[in-house]
Amino acid sequence: MSTFLQYLFAGLTIGSIYALSALGFTIVYNARGLVNFVQGDFLMLGGMVTATLVPLGWPLPLAIGAAIATTIACAALLQCCAIAPAKQADPVSLIIITIGASIFIQGIAQNVMGRNQHIVPSFSGDAPLRILHASILPQSLWAMGGTVVLVAGVAWFFNGSLVGKAMRAMAINPMAAQLMGIKTKSMLLLAFCLSAFLGAVAGVLAAPITTTVYDIGLTLGLKGFVGATLGGLGSAFGAVAGGLLLGIMEAMIAGYVSPAYKDAVPFVLIILILLLIPQGLFGSRVKDRI
Amino acid sequence: MRGGCGGRALRVVRDFNFIPRQPERIVSGRAFIQRVLSFSLLAIALAFSCVPADAADTIKVGAIVSATGPAAFLGDPEEKTLHAYVDSINASGGIAGRKIELFIYDDSSDAAKANSFAKRLIQQDNVDFIIGASTTGSTMAFIQLVETSKVPMLALGAGSVIVEPIRKFVFRMPHSDRLAAQKVLDHMKRHGITSFALLSDTGGYGKSGRNETRKMAASMGLTIPVDETYGERDTDMTPLLTHVKQSDAQAILMFGTGQAPAIIAKNSRQLGMTIPLYASHGQASYEFIRLAGAAGEGMLVPSPALFVADQLPDSDPQKAICLAYKKDFESRFKLDVSTFGGYAYDGLMMGLDAITRAGSLDKEKVRDAIEATKGFVGISGIYNMSPGDHGGLDESALRMVQIKDGKFVEIK
Repeated sequence: MSTFLQYLFAGLTIGSIYALSALGFTIVYNARGLVNFVQGDFLMLGGMVTATLVPLGWPLPLAIGAAIATTIACAALLQCCAIAPAKQADPVSLIIITIGASIFIQGIAQNVMGRNQHIVPSFSGDAPLRILHASILPQSLWAMGGTVVLVAGVAWFFNGSLVGKAMRAMAINPMAAQLMGIKTKSMLLLAFCLSAFLGAVAGVLAAPITTTVYDIGLTLGLKGFVGATLGGLGSAFGAVAGGLLLGIMEAMIAGYVSPAYKDAVPFVLIILILLLIPQGLFGSRVKDRI
Repeated sequence: MRGGCGGRALRVVRDFNFIPRQPERIVSGRAFIQRVLSFSLLAIALAFSCVPADAADTIKVGAIVSATGPAAFLGDPEEKTLHAYVDSINASGGIAGRKIELFIYDDSSDAAKANSFAKRLIQQDNVDFIIGASTTGSTMAFIQLVETSKVPMLALGAGSVIVEPIRKFVFRMPHSDRLAAQKVLDHMKRHGITSFALLSDTGGYGKSGRNETRKMAASMGLTIPVDETYGERDTDMTPLLTHVKQSDAQAILMFGTGQAPAIIAKNSRQLGMTIPLYASHGQASYEFIRLAGAAGEGMLVPSPALFVADQLPDSDPQKAICLAYKKDFESRFKLDVSTFGGYAYDGLMMGLDAITRAGSLDKEKVRDAIEATKGFVGISGIYNMSPGDHGGLDESALRMVQIKDGKFVEIK
């Protein structure tokens, strides 16, 4: 039982990071119909900027704030300079633009912040907590708690606020939304900034556990994308569930089968899901896309 | 063309020679300017090549390193070290009156590129010896070319395949994984440990380390109740460590690079494990101490003398050279020294030493001199090459150190 619980904690920790990454994918996908492969680099920027500023003597909260601001600025630049000028380009071209932007951001990051591994100090120490003979690090609680708060916040934003409702309207029918006076351009910008915010926070929450490096976005972004697809691309609930599920599956397979197969199984699973239920686990249950 | 800057000037001239060959009836203003430019460059080039170089030829050192790409953590300090020391040797008059000319290429961690750069070093730059490549993969990509071209090579890749079987012109600078495994297992045995868990990554370094460790353990009578592999990019090791915890392993040995061993250290603390944690020589770096933080305390690492140089007795032959290298590198680049830069330093110095002893640039003689190297004190250890051993390092090149208060401390 304690072994199972130990694996579950491990899965939930990394799963909450995947969930935030997946949620970021979903928001941009809904706003623009585009899979944004810079999402992983938003996570990288969150972690790396914090890890670079802390040794320079910045207090941790200030460094985190600066990292989030940098990431959001980066997302705004991406939307204004690369995505918006492409106008009505087809989704494949847009995806290629984001892949190019991702390589560009990694190039800048490795030159400015270095190519070596970085670490962010844990928010509240490294003394493990014992729960039913299993142990968990305080940082894991931060990651899980942070995810719960952010997911709740995003849910309120889309269902409770006017701006959020406008964004949903745009996801359902962009033309009608535009006719109703919703500014598509600023909505897109907002979607990018929101996904960058989620990514940066996820990156900062994860960095004390996973360490961080300029190309960590490849892994974290890809896992987030798998999580989003698993849950049904376009569904916010699905993204969170898919991300958590992926994390838990990885931990269980690493624990009960072998760590060597851990990375392969989610990808095998996603092929099966796309073949058998292409809409994802939760894609069909939700009527609209958010 | 053996003049100091002759090589570059020649290349410029060759490029500009194409211009007059283009068919042109009317000499436009632009073409005219181009022509004038090409002639003046030609004149400059000639002027330079006419300047008599030193009476003696320069020593041409070739190097291929992975200064960018995934193996940049190896190639970057190697590149910096080579530039720094070639500059400082030239500034102090060179080797026996000969200046050193460094031809260095970055293979961006790509074995195919390493191969074409090797061709360039041999056929175009006509170097006297080659240092590199940084990784075993890149080195193997041109090892045959070097062997058939009869150019001495001092490899910076650590794999056993580089020197087994022995190739006449190929030598290797780094510590082998076998050496590290032997050092660790000896230490275990002396401290009464008879069974240990082996955690290795699925990359080349981890795989080869796992093989050597398993062979060594079998021959020394140690058992490995848990033998698990993990991905280099894995971010959570608690499942692996849970397996170890449930077994009767008395210690853990990790063979891997990157951040994963630091995560293993943290997770083992999280699970409240107290058995000794051994790392491979890949963790002998200041960066690792930073990554592992408090969880790294007490960890045992086989390390070159470089990281404990200040604690060595003055009688230790490596003390002075390690301290000097550490001071030079850190003050010049504002970066921590690494084992890998040390390999490049040893390669450069051993090659130059061999040329001095051979008293000529004849490649066959230089090769013989490298093979006859005895008691060469380097950063990575004391090298004794022989016809049967082109690695030259023995167990004494690594020292067992422990992380104490964020520092490496030598232990017995």
